[in-house]
Amino acid sequence: MSAPEPRWGRRRLLQTGAVALGGAGTGWSAAALGLSDRRATPSEQAGATSAPPTLSRTVAFHGPHQAGIATPPQAYVAVLGMDLLEPGRDSLGRLMRLLSDDIARLSRGLPALADTEAELAVAPASLTATFGFGPRLMELLAPGTLAPLPAFSTDRLDEAWGQTDVAVQICADDPITLAHARRMLLKDSVGLARLVWVQEGFRRAAGTEPDGTTMRNLMGQVDGTVNPAEADSTFGGLVWSDSEPMRGGSFMILRRIRMLLETWDAVDRSGREAVVGRRLDTGAPLTGTREHDVPDLEATNDFDLPVIDPASHMARARSDDPQQQFLRRGYNYVVPDPSRPTGEDSGLLFVAFAADIDKQFVPVQERLAELDRLNEWVTTIGSAVYAVPPGAADGEYVGQGLVES
Amino acid sequence: MKNSRMTSLLAAVALTALLGGLSACGEDTSSTSAADESTASATTSSTQSAVLSIEDPWIKVAEDGMTGAFGKLVNSGDEDIVVTAASSEVASMMELHETTMNADGEMAMSPIEGGFVIPAGGTHVLEPGADHLMVMGLTRPIAAGESVVITLTLEDGSTLEVTAIGKNYAGANEEYVGDDSSDMGEMSDHS
Repeated sequence: MSAPEPRWGRRRLLQTGAVALGGAGTGWSAAALGLSDRRATPSEQAGATSAPPTLSRTVAFHGPHQAGIATPPQAYVAVLGMDLLEPGRDSLGRLMRLLSDDIARLSRGLPALADTEAELAVAPASLTATFGFGPRLMELLAPGTLAPLPAFSTDRLDEAWGQTDVAVQICADDPITLAHARRMLLKDSVGLARLVWVQEGFRRAAGTEPDGTTMRNLMGQVDGTVNPAEADSTFGGLVWSDSEPMRGGSFMILRRIRMLLETWDAVDRSGREAVVGRRLDTGAPLTGTREHDVPDLEATNDFDLPVIDPASHMARARSDDPQQQFLRRGYNYVVPDPSRPTGEDSGLLFVAFAADIDKQFVPVQERLAELDRLNEWVTTIGSAVYAVPPGAADGEYVGQGLVES
Repeated sequence: MKNSRMTSLLAAVALTALLGGLSACGEDTSSTSAADESTASATTSSTQSAVLSIEDPWIKVAEDGMTGAFGKLVNSGDEDIVVTAASSEVASMMELHETTMNADGEMAMSPIEGGFVIPAGGTHVLEPGADHLMVMGLTRPIAAGESVVITLTLEDGSTLEVTAIGKNYAGANEEYVGDDSSDMGEMSDHS
């Protein structure tokens, strides 16, 4: 590059900002237009060729797959569960047309149509919205493509977090961006759908950990080590459906897993590590030293006892069948609950995507329900599944192929 | 809006980057699903309507009575264009309205003298609280997400068909001061 320009000039934005940042230019441009006389600070100049600021980053809404699945998890999530007031193709089509248009704009840092808080839209902050349709709608649109999960013996399901017709997983790296998108979607749902629940969650603040760092859950564990990465050759087959009419889409499993932290508090470190089969500090299997080391389930200690308890969470979840894997994209949740000993209801918003729920997810969950030492401290209180249609092309709405087939 | 051309240019660049060079941009910043459903079509090619288009047309959801329709009129020609009238099968009558402050200091809407003028190469924004299309005597409810066809008549007699999308909107409730406001009341407020 030539000598640094002293300003965020128009040419600089066009040459480096909007293009080099892979489409993040919209948010930048809006900000830069109002600040055209302001000199860039040294850090801004230095940052011009590296990643754009968190607030300006964008994730493309249109494409073969919906955003918010292969997208590296943003810091915040709110999943909206809604029931259609008149379940049918007409009202679903109208809802999806409105909501898709909202996100197509907001994800670029542009106000939604008739946006009453247009100024809140200038920071896209990697906003994505991922839309899913529940079993009742799928029976109407494409019978036989989505069945409810079987009952698991350990579930203690609360109807309040149950199955809905539509789920919208909204993710962003900024809570105001998320709040604005969520409000816009809810306003556009009036008259078409009824909000049943909102499930909020969080990870570490954006940019505070190296990319690809496995999340820690609120029990303190590294949670999600064995997870397909988009670069893996197996990723597409595990995540994207290859059969019509869902080709390019996926299936979402959403489970609200409460943690009983008041009793977990009584478990010491070695007990905690034994329950999961992994070290607390690194997340490494108890037979290894690094997080991604392959566990040795046959290894024994001096007393001839297995190093990794066969009833531990890891041992029970693990499978030699390469099909029994799925993409986990979970979030922590905490909501105030003065009725509980901790004053809070804490847990994991388990969000997973799979090309085939019955082949990939159900066998794993059945094993965990049958036996998993972790079950003493976790209880699934909400559960739902959704068909996640393929992504929309520019000018289409999400699910158009299903709704108008 | 000031700087609208600049915004448009930058948005187009950003879109190009986003879409990997798909021919989705053109000069329209609003190439999104609802907007694409709502593109306008001209009746003939040698008329004013051939160079007039509308971006992001929408109509406020309403059960009955009155409502408003909005959007950004774009004149790509080299002569001013005047919209003189509007009509739709969903309304028994439509008017072109402006919103001004009345003698009591309240914002009120009333038919605009001389229609909407879209300057050569320029735009004219129709939005709540400002100039808009007044939709009166609804013949049926306007539902969220549905398409409503509105026909704009231009000074030279040509017409432009606009497909507006129904949107929930709580605002746009300015008092109507027409020739006969006794049976009109406020614009319907669905939400």
